[in-house]
Amino acid sequence: MDRIQQTFQRLKLEGRKALVGFLMGGDPTMEASEAACRVALDNGVDILELGVPFSDPTADGSVIQAAGRRALEAGMTLGRSLEMVRRLRASYEAPIVLFGYVNPIFAYGYERTAREAAEAGVDAMLVVDLPFEESGEFRKHLDRHGVAFVPLVAPTTGEDRMKVILKGSKGFVYYIMVKGVTGARTALATGVSEHLVLLRKNTRLPLVAGFGVGSGVQARAAAEHADGVVVGSALVTAATEGRLGPLVRELSAALGGQKTV
Amino acid sequence: MRLASREGMDAMMSKQNQMKMANVPDTTGHFEGFGGRYVAETLMPALIDVEKAYAAAKDDPSFDREFRDLLKHYVGRPSPLYFAPRLTERFGGARIYLKREDLNHTGAHKINNTLGQALLARRMGKRKLMAETGAGQHGVATATVAARFGMECDVFMGEEDIRRQAPNVQRMKLLGARVVPVSSGTKTLKDAMSEALRAWVANVDTTFYVIGTVAGPHPYPVMVRDFQSVIGVETREQILEQEKRLPDMVIACVGGGSNAAGIFYPFLQDANVRLVGVEAAGLGVGTGMHAASIGAGQVGILHGSKSYVLQDPEGQILNAHSISAGLDYPGVGPEHAYWADKKRAVYVSITDREAVQAFHELALVEGIIPALESSHALAEVRKQAKEVGEGGCIVVCLSGRGDKDLESVLEYDAKGSQGFAGEER
Repeated sequence: MDRIQQTFQRLKLEGRKALVGFLMGGDPTMEASEAACRVALDNGVDILELGVPFSDPTADGSVIQAAGRRALEAGMTLGRSLEMVRRLRASYEAPIVLFGYVNPIFAYGYERTAREAAEAGVDAMLVVDLPFEESGEFRKHLDRHGVAFVPLVAPTTGEDRMKVILKGSKGFVYYIMVKGVTGARTALATGVSEHLVLLRKNTRLPLVAGFGVGSGVQARAAAEHADGVVVGSALVTAATEGRLGPLVRELSAALGGQKTV
Repeated sequence: MRLASREGMDAMMSKQNQMKMANVPDTTGHFEGFGGRYVAETLMPALIDVEKAYAAAKDDPSFDREFRDLLKHYVGRPSPLYFAPRLTERFGGARIYLKREDLNHTGAHKINNTLGQALLARRMGKRKLMAETGAGQHGVATATVAARFGMECDVFMGEEDIRRQAPNVQRMKLLGARVVPVSSGTKTLKDAMSEALRAWVANVDTTFYVIGTVAGPHPYPVMVRDFQSVIGVETREQILEQEKRLPDMVIACVGGGSNAAGIFYPFLQDANVRLVGVEAAGLGVGTGMHAASIGAGQVGILHGSKSYVLQDPEGQILNAHSISAGLDYPGVGPEHAYWADKKRAVYVSITDREAVQAFHELALVEGIIPALESSHALAEVRKQAKEVGEGGCIVVCLSGRGDKDLESVLEYDAKGSQGFAGEER
């Protein structure tokens, strides 16, 4: 059983939902972002989603755009993101997911990315602008190296298309809760539970819901029909303001985590 | 037979290529290794909807009838194909014809496409249009059709472009559009398009995204090329009428490449017609301050499709530079990348300096003030006129008029008297 399956199984036994925490690698420096990842993992993040910066992040709101810009200015690359995963992997068993855009991966090479990601200890890749139709070649290489390609499902995705996207998928399913870019919002999107119920009918993989979650209350609400919740922009902001640990503990507690530090 | 034997061979090879070209793009929008649909899942269903609606509209004679009628009575088509006698005399070679897209309503070729897309948006029941713009011509053309059809309109424009294209910003506002300033990155077309994609994700149910060039995700490159191909269809008829034969060469500027795609496409099967796309060399391709994506870029993925892109070895998109806001973009439409690879069209580049010179030249010699974008194509004509030679003829797409560029040109000329920092000589 792989790390992702193990994690969701363990959480299920403990009656908890997974806290998937996003941080941008290299923001504001490689060292500082690695330290932030450790803080996040030590305080209750169950799955780390590590952002790989891209110059033109069309799916991200202002917070993650700015984080990516800082990371690029600090010289962050896909290669260095993989090095960072390797170092984190030496200390942690938590699943690590790389989150990014297709062009840096295409430039690095699909096969090389898949191979080096597996070697570094990456469990899954999430490529926001690589929809199912364009992902065949990359998925083939990821499959060969045992790295999951996480399918994204949006509120606009109908059931027929959902079935196509989910066929043969691995790891977990990422449900984008809002029609919009990343970023914490004051209210959770509507219609989320209906979509998650529909998803549940169509896959046995764990369901993770993301986009727009910024607080423990929202996380708990989002987790009602999901197996985990992604928090991104709110963690990035908290890391910038030196209150990452407390926010992670709040979120983890809201998702049923008993972690005390 | 006017062709030299080597050219005859080239022509034969092109013919073989055309056989293959008949099969592109495939059903998912790929021109062999280029194109496709690289967007967030949230947008995929919307793109599939646009694709289906466009396919149905294409087969509907009433759609075509309304489009043609508007092109005639609202845009003022056909635009003239004008023989430029004094430019021909000055360059001392091929006879030079200008396809006068600058005489269209709103002053550029952009309206051909925005009308088509607005008709499609109405057919799909959308009440709001949104667009990105660089020079502002596409923004004005979108704002114009939004007013004409009683739709709301948001235009995303980089702050740098808002500064250098102020008259077009005023025009869009007069037409009732909301101009949304974009302050990320270089504050130019690339960033405007990124922001427009973000905004579309958030409003995908109600809003039709009017992309202004033959780039972006499928079906936009095909759809925009189809709407713009009225330029080439008319040109072909007009040159046959005026010269009793096809041109030796067709020249057009290429940023994203919509006017070039529009004028090239109807000539694709005419193997003896050489197609020349002109990219912006900015301060010189060797300086890194340019927008020559085909000439100096690599294959990459930007704004929804795979094509030639200006990028660093890590796949980060580089900033483009051109004096012309409409060419200041680090990517190019995937079909141009395909034509370049198939050698059906050649792509060259022209510097800011050469373009400004051509701008002045056309104003003085023919009494026509061209857009800075089109001035790049005109500057290439100067180079090709002798090469094609007397007895031959060249058509150049005069894609827009230059009123919007007066300030940029005057600023450039003022700096010119003190020399241009960083320019390649």
